[in-house]
Order: sequence, then structure tokens, then C-alpha cells
Amino acid sequence: MNREASDGTACAPPSVGEGTLSRRDFLCAVVGCAAAATLAGCSEFTHTSFFRKHLRELSKEEIARMLAELEKELSEQYGKPVTVGIDAARPGVQFAYALDLSRCVGCRRCVKACVNENNQGRDPAIEWIRVLEMDKDKGIDFEHANPYYEAEQVPRPGHFYMPVACHHCRDAPCVKSCPTGATWSDKDGIVVIDYDWCIGCRCCMAACPYGARRFNWTEPKVPAEEVNPQMHYLGNRPRPKGVVEKCTFCVHRVRAGRYPACVEVCPVGARKFGNLNDPNGEIRYVLENKRVFVLKNELSTRPRFYYFYGI
Amino acid sequence: MRFVRAFLQFVAGSTRIVLRGNALYWSWIALLVALIVVGARAYAHQLATGLVATSMRDQVSWAFYIGNFTFLVGVAAAAVLLVIPAYVYEWKPIKEVVILGELLAISAIVMAALFVLVDVGRPDRLWHLIPGLGLLNVPASMLAWDVVVLNGYLVLNVVIVTWLLFTLVRGRHPAKAIFTPLVLFSIPAAIGIHTVTAFLYSGLSARPFWHSAILAPRFIASAFCSGPAVLLVLMQLLRKYTRFEIQDVAIWKVAELMAYSMGFNLFLFGAEVFTEYYAHTEHLVHMRYMFTGVEGHTEIVPFMWASLGCSVVAFVLFLIPRTRRHWVTLNLGCLLIYSGVYLEKGMGLVIPGLTPDTLGEIYEYGPSRGEWEVAIGVFAIGFLLFTLMVKVATPIMLGEFRVDTRVAAGSAAGPVVRPATAH
Repeated sequence: MNREASDGTACAPPSVGEGTLSRRDFLCAVVGCAAAATLAGCSEFTHTSFFRKHLRELSKEEIARMLAELEKELSEQYGKPVTVGIDAARPGVQFAYALDLSRCVGCRRCVKACVNENNQGRDPAIEWIRVLEMDKDKGIDFEHANPYYEAEQVPRPGHFYMPVACHHCRDAPCVKSCPTGATWSDKDGIVVIDYDWCIGCRCCMAACPYGARRFNWTEPKVPAEEVNPQMHYLGNRPRPKGVVEKCTFCVHRVRAGRYPACVEVCPVGARKFGNLNDPNGEIRYVLENKRVFVLKNELSTRPRFYYFYGI
Repeated sequence: MRFVRAFLQFVAGSTRIVLRGNALYWSWIALLVALIVVGARAYAHQLATGLVATSMRDQVSWAFYIGNFTFLVGVAAAAVLLVIPAYVYEWKPIKEVVILGELLAISAIVMAALFVLVDVGRPDRLWHLIPGLGLLNVPASMLAWDVVVLNGYLVLNVVIVTWLLFTLVRGRHPAKAIFTPLVLFSIPAAIGIHTVTAFLYSGLSARPFWHSAILAPRFIASAFCSGPAVLLVLMQLLRKYTRFEIQDVAIWKVAELMAYSMGFNLFLFGAEVFTEYYAHTEHLVHMRYMFTGVEGHTEIVPFMWASLGCSVVAFVLFLIPRTRRHWVTLNLGCLLIYSGVYLEKGMGLVIPGLTPDTLGEIYEYGPSRGEWEVAIGVFAIGFLLFTLMVKVATPIMLGEFRVDTRVAAGSAAGPVVRPATAH
């Protein structure tokens, strides 16, 4: 499992450790010539300020200030107290997910729960989970899969259902393709995105074999009364226009020891989640006792998302 | 000081040349400016509403803009088609027009960069790509590498062209010991930009249509036809309207080289078609989407057949010496090659690569009106830049524009521009 732990950082973008201060000073000097106001923006760092460093180069104080700023802004915007956390990966934790295809009935409650939990845009509708309806006689065949079936009639005879979201690959093609290191695989295996660093080039979307990533083609709208105020900086905080988002295994919940929203809501218990390093965990039981498989195994992305037939 | 003064005179003289022209010149400039305004308005709208103003969606997340980008990188790379024989083989008739190729390369790179700019969701954050200020994810990200090589190629060509013109304008010749290696270096650099751009696609195992080892060679082969197609037309225009002497043999030689690359391009494409159709795996669906449509989705089918038709006819026209040397068929061939490669890169590469998407969904993409307008604006900027650069370069190459560096300080004598330059 040590290998697992090191995997998390293997895909990480190169960090520019040294000389961060001097660079910031340089920036202040450059911008300072233009306007005193910008200079103030440099010394008093805010998340909205034009120039900032990559998250990995920010000091603890700077991050705390940034989150406080965000909380204030979002609380005002939605008219209720909002908390924005940034819980780091806990040592010794390796998350994995397993989905029982023989139980899933395609009710799409996971999709709804995910939308509500993670503040996905309602207009235009963004859904991190895509549930595919497939013909039993064709097996897993994407060419004939239908993501737009009517939910009231499920499960339809002769069909089975395959929900797909981010597979949190250990060798994630999206992480590799990102030109600015705005998306990376954290130490517990969750692939996250910094929405304030993403330039919206969509290389990751072209690179992802699982169609997991969504782009904010316009300003996403979430009604204030529906906003989930428990937010995570790398997770469910509202996204700006022009950046990419996707499933984070509900990073704000799972790092606090809770299940992802989709696991909790699933009425047939098809979704299993847990820490691979926990020998008594559910996920270990599934991996050790069921025959599991991953999607597009031939691409060697080594997903943390497994499928299995439980019954 | 004398150097600085000469350079200032060079800039002043160039400005004067640009501001002087006949009615035809000014109407051309006015047309381009009008088109730029159209593009700027469409882009302003896109900035305000987001990329929802385009027809792109999650299923087809790159499209017309990125197709144009890819095509233009090819045009930029094609300058080497002229550089190779001119400098490696010291082939006289082409050497004179190499500078046109380099000017075209500069304009094409600027347009390519603009197409990336209009495609990204957060243009305000592009500085995140600058190493030191932001974070450039090398060596992992191919787009990061593309940023490096494209900017490097742009700088290289700007340096070569500016140096050459500034030296000629002072009645000198560039020091061969530095200039020749620099020009020779632009050959691998040109191959490099198009190769890295191809790797941007071919490195993606998620997209079987792109994930092919011969994608980079295909890019190079098609670029070696499309770039010179622009130049051939331009060479004819220049020798008609200026005193620029371009020999027939130079034009025919370029046309001959184009025939070979088009033949190679078609061969490589044929190899792809064979592999997909013969093996008949699930990956064939992308090629089927391109050639016959899938489940009634046939949006891009006509474009693809048109592209193939243009390329094949042009190949035949350029292969037969008689039609290659006949001005009507030569120019028709240029037009066909340009259209064929443009359709292939603009529509035929990106869209079938993303359709159906990785989970089998088919979203039929066709460029929105806004996308067309933005694209026209970008092309107009490139054409404007190219026009102005050629306007300055032509009299310098012809020896009609010189700055006199021997003039004493304080003298009123500025750059000398002979009236014959107006066109």
C-alpha cells in the first residue's frame, strides 16, 4: 500500500519550490508600477486577485486568508453562512469505489444527490454522473448505450444500467495533459481541480477516456435556497464560468469520514466506497471476494473505480 | 548610437511605406479592418456569455477553433519547404522568396495563437502558462510543449526576418556565420511545431481516431502542401504588381515538391483507412462517422468527401508536368489543395476524433455563426499582418528602400523611399 501512497504524488505537477517569495516581490514590483491599488492587491492576497501562485506554493496563512475571503463572498452571495474547507488527504488513506452492476436499477437518484451535494449548475444542467442504459444482449457496448432514457420506467426489461463518473485513475490522462498543473491526483487518490487555476483549455476533456469532465460553457446558476453551504475549495464550491469540473468522490465528505452522497442515497446498495488500507472495510471485502473489473482496462489508466456483479 | 538611429530610421521608413498605397491597397486594408471588427464583436459576445456562444459542448469539447489552429500550425511549418532547398542546396531561384515563407510563418503562428486564445475558457489566466509566474506542466503536458515550441518558432522567425531586412536596408548582408545556422535551425523547429501539435492529439489513448503513430507524419505531409499553396499564389501576385522577379522555374519547383507531399499525404491517409476498415474494430466508428455517417448523423460527411476530392484532383494536377506548368490549372490546384487540407484539418481531424464521445454519445457539431465570425476576424488579423509585412519587405528586397547610415547626426535626411514601391 506504500506504493499506492506514492502514486498519488507521481502525477503531481512539478512544484516550483524555491524563490517563490522573490517572484512575488518581482510581481509586486512589476504591477506596482502600474497602480498602487494593484500593489495593495499583491500584499493583501485574495482569491480573486489577478496574480496569485499555484495552490501548492501558497503558504498556510495565504490559504487561510483566501478561504476566509471566499467564505465571506459566498455567504453574501447566497445569503447564508457558507464554510469553505480545504481538508488535506489524511495519511494512510487510499480511497477506492466499487459499483455493483447487478444491483443498479438506473433510478438516477445518485445523479440528483450528486447535483444537490456538489452545487452543480442547474441552468445549464451539469451532471457529474452519467447513467448509461445498455442492452443485456449486447453487454457493455458504449456505441449502443443510451444516457437519455426515461427514469420513471426503470429498470426496463432487457436492460441494465451503468453509472459512470470520474474514475480517479492512478495514471490519470487528464492530469498528464493539463498544461498548467491545475488538476492533480492528491495523496489519497482523489483527482482534484483548482477552479481558480484552470485556464479552460479542455485538454483534460479530450484526454479522459471516461467522459467524466464537464466544462462550464457559461456562468453556472445554483439557486441560493438549493446551495449546499458546506464547501471544499477543491470540491463543491461554486465554479466560475470557463473552467472544468468533475466528481471529487465528495472530497468534503470523505475526508471528514463520511460516505459520498451517491453512496448514501443509493436505494439498492449498489455503491461501495472506502479506504483500501482498512482491512475490514467494505471496499476491501468487495475487491477480495467479488470479481471486479475496470472500464477500458486496455488503456492502463488504473482506475480507483471498480465495477462488479454482486449477485 | 548609429545602430539605434539606423533602426529608428528603418522603423520610420517602414511606417511610411505602410501608410502609402493606391486605392486597391487601401480598399484591401479597409476590408480586413471591417472583418476584424466583425470578429471582435463576436468575440466580445463570446467573452460575455462564455463559450456557450459556440456550438461546442461537453461531447465535442474542441472543434472549429482548434481545427483552424492545427491547420495554421501546418501553414507555419511549411515555410521550411522553401528554406530547405534554398539553404541546404543553395538553390538560387527559391532563395529570393524564402523571406515570403518566413513572413507567412509569422502570420500563421500569430493566427494559430489567436485561435487558442479564443478557444480557452479563461483567457485572463493564460499567464498561468508562463514558467516562473505560473506553472508550465512540462514534460508531461503536450499542450505545454506546444506553447514552448510555437513561441520559440515565432521568436526565431521574427528575429531572422527582422535581422535580414534591417541588414539589407542598410545595404549590407547578414553575417553568414550566424545567419545560416539560425536559418538551418528553423528547419527542425518547423518540423517540431507540427510534430508537437500532432502529439497533442496522437498522445491521447482515449481517442482512437487520433491515437495513431502516423498522425505526425500525416500532419507534416499535409502541411507541406497547404502552406506552399498560399505562397504560389502570392508569388504570382507579387511579380505582377511589383518589380519582384520570381522565375517560373521557382514556382514550378515548389509545385513539384507539393505534388510529392500530397502523394505521400494521400498514401498515409489511405494506410489509416485500410487499417481501420480491414480490422473493423469498434474504433472504426469514427471513420464511419466521417465517411458515411453513423445512425443518420451525417453532418460532416459532405465536407469529408469534398476534402478528399479536392486533394485527389489537386494531386493529379500537380503531378502532371503540363498541368503543373499551366497557370490556370496550377492556381486551380493551389485552391483545391488549400480547401482540401483546410477541410481535413478544420473539420475532419478534430470532430470525428471526438464523435462519438468516449461513452458512445453522438453530438452533431457544426460551427455556430459566432464561431465563423471570430474565425474570420482571426484570419483578417493574420492577412493584415502579412500584407503590412510584405509591403515593407518587398521594397527592401528590391533595394528601393534604404536607410543611409553615413548621414551625419542631426541631418534632415531620413530614410529614402523610392516611389516605385507603391502597389
